[in-house]
Amino acid sequence: MDALYSIDWYLILTSLAKTVVVLGIVLFMVSYTVYAERRVSALIQDRLGPNRVGFPLTLIGAKKDFSPILGGLGQPIADAVKLLLKEDFTPAHVNKFYYWIAPALGIGSVIVSLAVIPFGSSFLGDKMVIANVNIGPLFIFAFSSLGVYGIVLAGWSSNSKYPFLGGIRSSSQMISYELALGLSVIPLFIILGTLNLSDIVDYQVRNGWLLIPFTNGHLDFRKILLWGPIAISFVVFTISMFAETNRLPFDMPECETELVGGYHTEYSSMKFALFFLGEYAAMIAGSSLIVTLFLGGWHCPFIPDGTGAGGWEALHVIPAWIWGLVNIGVFFGKVGLLLLFFIWVRWTLPRFRYDQLMRLGWIFFFEIALVNVFITAFIVALLPN
Amino acid sequence: MAYTVPRPKLTFWEKLYLPQVVGGLVITWGHLVKMLSGKTKVIMQYPEEKWDASMPPYYRGAPALVKDEKGRERCVACQLCEFICPPRAIRILPGELPADSKWVKVEKFPREFDIDMTRCIYCGMCEEVCPEQAIFLRKDYAITGFSRDQMVHDKTKLYEIGGTLEGLVFKWNPLK
Repeated sequence: MDALYSIDWYLILTSLAKTVVVLGIVLFMVSYTVYAERRVSALIQDRLGPNRVGFPLTLIGAKKDFSPILGGLGQPIADAVKLLLKEDFTPAHVNKFYYWIAPALGIGSVIVSLAVIPFGSSFLGDKMVIANVNIGPLFIFAFSSLGVYGIVLAGWSSNSKYPFLGGIRSSSQMISYELALGLSVIPLFIILGTLNLSDIVDYQVRNGWLLIPFTNGHLDFRKILLWGPIAISFVVFTISMFAETNRLPFDMPECETELVGGYHTEYSSMKFALFFLGEYAAMIAGSSLIVTLFLGGWHCPFIPDGTGAGGWEALHVIPAWIWGLVNIGVFFGKVGLLLLFFIWVRWTLPRFRYDQLMRLGWIFFFEIALVNVFITAFIVALLPN
Repeated sequence: MAYTVPRPKLTFWEKLYLPQVVGGLVITWGHLVKMLSGKTKVIMQYPEEKWDASMPPYYRGAPALVKDEKGRERCVACQLCEFICPPRAIRILPGELPADSKWVKVEKFPREFDIDMTRCIYCGMCEEVCPEQAIFLRKDYAITGFSRDQMVHDKTKLYEIGGTLEGLVFKWNPLK
């Protein structure tokens, strides 16, 4: 019995609990991001979108329950049931082994990369991050670039022309964008001096969010000077993140109109759903990284953290664990807003042509990110903290 | 001859691309807000609301047989519609009127009259070709069924859709 109170068991049990919570929240968010995608796209195009499968009337068979706002909230459940019950068809001409392993690679790498995101301050004295490692962003970049293997293998093993083209496009797109993605955040690490995502958030709590530097209540000359490079790296990083997660305007591997679905053309049922899930989970992981790096992570001004420190004095009467939960809510709220932005951009911009995308990646973003590193280094050398 | 498509001259701001992206985002945001505030009205909740009231008189819906005001069937089973039908959706089995019938001069009536609605293309040629004005395209458009058999309209169903149409029909006129 004493063994259960040892530090090992404590770590194992808390990590398991946190993993279950994060996985639950992310999968829930994925299903409702798909719903939001359909609703927002519909509203932008002057339609309504799914507005019938609602709670609880359609569950018991009532039919006339469409409503402009609440109807349709049951749609993700209906979609999930449909995808689970569909026939799982494997075409005869595919390479079975890689065909089966590709969807697992696609979603597995994304879910692993969620482990290092600090999704809350602390709750009952435990830091709200599954793995508090010192190489956070590198870990995420490594695993999100593994995700491209899922797409490439799917495209190749399908043994069909359109998926193959999708896979090829995906691989070259990843190469050209990961450079800019990695380079664009180097200025942040020059300023912060750490690669630990929890420390990065702590720095932003103390010194103001990187992109909105006045959230801690004061501005100085150094901050204003550094804001320029940070804004540039935010723009480059966000756009690279669009490319990294295969979102429009960079959804070259998928390309419904040209490649009839690209790499997942030959997939059906739950295997297709895994790709779908992986794509949206990658969006959530990317948004989480953007929120953590640029937008202060779980921090919201005036609200104390999970140990009851900081924020307004008047709020300290409320127990600290409540603020721990609020911080988690704030984090996923920020991620949700960013996801809405992803969706909004998707339904605004047309897809880039392939050569335009290459030009943007290699000629503009790579150089901008590189120059940005030197500008930041110059400023930091000139005005050391 | 080769034709060069003239490329538009872009200004500096247009070449930067990002301001144009913001402009696009503003437009889509406008649509979103107008939709949410209910200013855009382009939607009809289909099965609950229908557009039957605004349907034009020349609308070509499901073909149907009609009876005259005395309840007699107009069709004389001449089979012209069966022959003209481009997708061959109509099948008629003619029958002979009994010799002691008052209307024996009409000679034939349709014993069976089937229209396969999975084949019908709503072209209206049957209506045009009919010499007795017996077949008409009505305004029914939601033709559904759970099987192919249910999608075949037989005589009873066709008269049910068609109903009665008044007006002069030559064959029932004893003087002609």
